[in-house]
Amino acid sequence: MSMLIDLLIVFFLLLGSSFALIGSIGLVRLPDIFARLHGPTKATTLGVGSILLGSILYFSSRQGLSLQEILALLFLFMTAPVSAQLLSRAALHRRCDSIARLPEMDDGAEKKSGNS
Amino acid sequence: MLSVVISIAMVLLGIALLLNAWRLFRGPDATDRILALDTLYINSAALIILYGVDIGRADFFAAALLIALFGFVSTMALAKFLLRGDIIE
Repeated sequence: MSMLIDLLIVFFLLLGSSFALIGSIGLVRLPDIFARLHGPTKATTLGVGSILLGSILYFSSRQGLSLQEILALLFLFMTAPVSAQLLSRAALHRRCDSIARLPEMDDGAEKKSGNS
Repeated sequence: MLSVVISIAMVLLGIALLLNAWRLFRGPDATDRILALDTLYINSAALIILYGVDIGRADFFAAALLIALFGFVSTMALAKFLLRGDIIE
C-alpha cells in the first residue's frame, strides 16, 4: 500500500514538472503573444496542480491528513484565468503583432483611435 | 525512488525557469515580459513546494502560497498599468 502511494506521488510529481516544462517551452516557441498565453496558463495550472496533489498525498501518507495545500490549489485555479484574461486585454490594447487578424472592436483601443 | 524523482522534477522545473527567463529578457513586447514574469512566479512556487516535499516539511506551502499571491497581484498591477496607464484610479 505504501509502495502504491509512493508510485502515485512519483507519477504526480513527474507529470506536474513535465507540464510546467512543456508550458515554458510553449512560452518560448509559439509565434505571437496570443498564442504564447496558452502555454503557461493552461500547462502551469495543471503542472502546479499536479505537484500540489503529489504534495498532499506525500504529507497525508507521512504525517496524517493535510489538506492545507488545497488552499494554494484553489487560489491558483482562480487566479490563472484572471491574469491571462487581463494580459490578453492588455495585448489587444497595445496592438501587439498577431498571426491572426485582430478583431475590429475593442473597448479601449478603438475609442482612442476613433478620437484621434 | 522518491528522492531521485524529486531531483529529476527539480531539474525539469529549473529548465522551465531558464526558458521563462529567456522570454523575460528577449520578449518583444511588455506583455510578453509580464507573462514570462507571471510564469516565473508560478514555477518558482512549484519549485518551493517540491523542496518542501524533499526535506519533508509541510509548512513550505505557505511560502509558495505567498509567492503565488504576490505574483498574481503584480501581474494584475502591471496589466492594469498597460491597459490604463495607471494602477489605482
